Amino acid sequence: MSEPLFSKKNLKLLSDPLNSSNPITVQVLGICSALAVTAQLKPAVVMSISVTIVLAFANVIISLLRNTIPNRIRIIVQLVVIASLVILVDQILKAYVYDVSKQLSVFVGLIITNCIIMGRLEAFALGNRPWQSFLDGIGNGAGYAVILIIVGFFRELLGSGSVFGFQVIPDSWYITNGGFYANNGMMILPPMALITVGIIIWVQRSRNRKLIEN
Amino acid sequence: MNRNGNTYTVLYAAIMVVLVAAILASVAMALKPQQVRNIEVEKKQSILASVNIASTPADAEKIYAEKIVNEYVVNVSGEKVEGDAFNTDLKREYAKPVEEMHLPVFECQTEQGIKYVLPLRGAGLWGPIWGFVALDEDMNTIYGANFDHQGETPGLGAEISTPVFEKQFIGKKLFDNKGQLVSIIVAKVGQDAPADHKVDGISGGTITSKGLEQMLLDDFARYEEFLKKKKS
Repeated sequence: MSEPLFSKKNLKLLSDPLNSSNPITVQVLGICSALAVTAQLKPAVVMSISVTIVLAFANVIISLLRNTIPNRIRIIVQLVVIASLVILVDQILKAYVYDVSKQLSVFVGLIITNCIIMGRLEAFALGNRPWQSFLDGIGNGAGYAVILIIVGFFRELLGSGSVFGFQVIPDSWYITNGGFYANNGMMILPPMALITVGIIIWVQRSRNRKLIEN
Repeated sequence: MNRNGNTYTVLYAAIMVVLVAAILASVAMALKPQQVRNIEVEKKQSILASVNIASTPADAEKIYAEKIVNEYVVNVSGEKVEGDAFNTDLKREYAKPVEEMHLPVFECQTEQGIKYVLPLRGAGLWGPIWGFVALDEDMNTIYGANFDHQGETPGLGAEISTPVFEKQFIGKKLFDNKGQLVSIIVAKVGQDAPADHKVDGISGGTITSKGLEQMLLDDFARYEEFLKKKKS
């Protein structure tokens, strides 16, 4: 029994994490890095891409090994796979794209500890075939990315008056230049990331009633 | 074989560990030379950046060979000593007794004369921070500065390595009118300090800012004798 690569069921693996099973807003995983790296848009994007890549490949590897892994040490095996992947990626970046690896420096450790990755390995890859696991990894990575980018966009815009490092609030608007505007310093600090995520969850739940628990 | 048995579990773990170790070790060894070269090129780029010369990884070595006309090592009394300035590891030097420390100096030829580049190293919030500061021939006025860090928080402490922050140092003075070493104060909003010795700190990056201030003070103090000798 073979099903097409992009059957309806498989496409759902990609689209569900974007909304009704979003890793951050619904499963509440990976919050720590969502707070840490979203003060600016650029690191948020870099982090999103790295997590998506590691998540997709870790999912595939664990899925390939799923029938051999001894149950009692499965968490350790998962961690070894994640950590090795991250180190490999880091080593290759350091050798060939040094600039990017400098950007990533602090995130590498954060990728290993990201709860989304272990959550997906444990909940999905251990019980599904490699292709489905790959799609699940990409889907969840994208779901994570969407939230990070929205939060990063608002935090950088309101906190620093820029987007992707480019100034978008005219200099003449600032109080220091005789205008009426000041950046909100609170947006740069982690608590405002939590509040921004909270607002996103609120908006999402008011539009998608299925998510409201009684 | 029983997949829940002890033998299987132990064997599985052992094979996995050996396999993963072999893969990681061989990848690390194969890529090492390239990585070391990248780090050297980056150091040259940082030194050049402190004298406000932009370079790319491709042309950094050529520009460096052209512009850096002299490099040597001094001790805390300001006397030249034997040593390889470029490969001096400040972390190791700072662990030595004060009299034995080797402090590198790079002389850079620019259109405005010779600039003296001094390397610095200190502690930020999460890990080490370091940088290069270029001084004018009066050994007092800062001509340019370049800072970097290992793992400061992006958007907060990591801002020390942005041009916006580094440009503030240009034209600042190390010594006051009486010849006392004041170094540079990385100030919070509203903090009072003489304008010649003050730059603005980073919102949300106070510990990194203070670490940078401490690094400047400690390291210029080590070079103090050299700076005074050179000036007179």
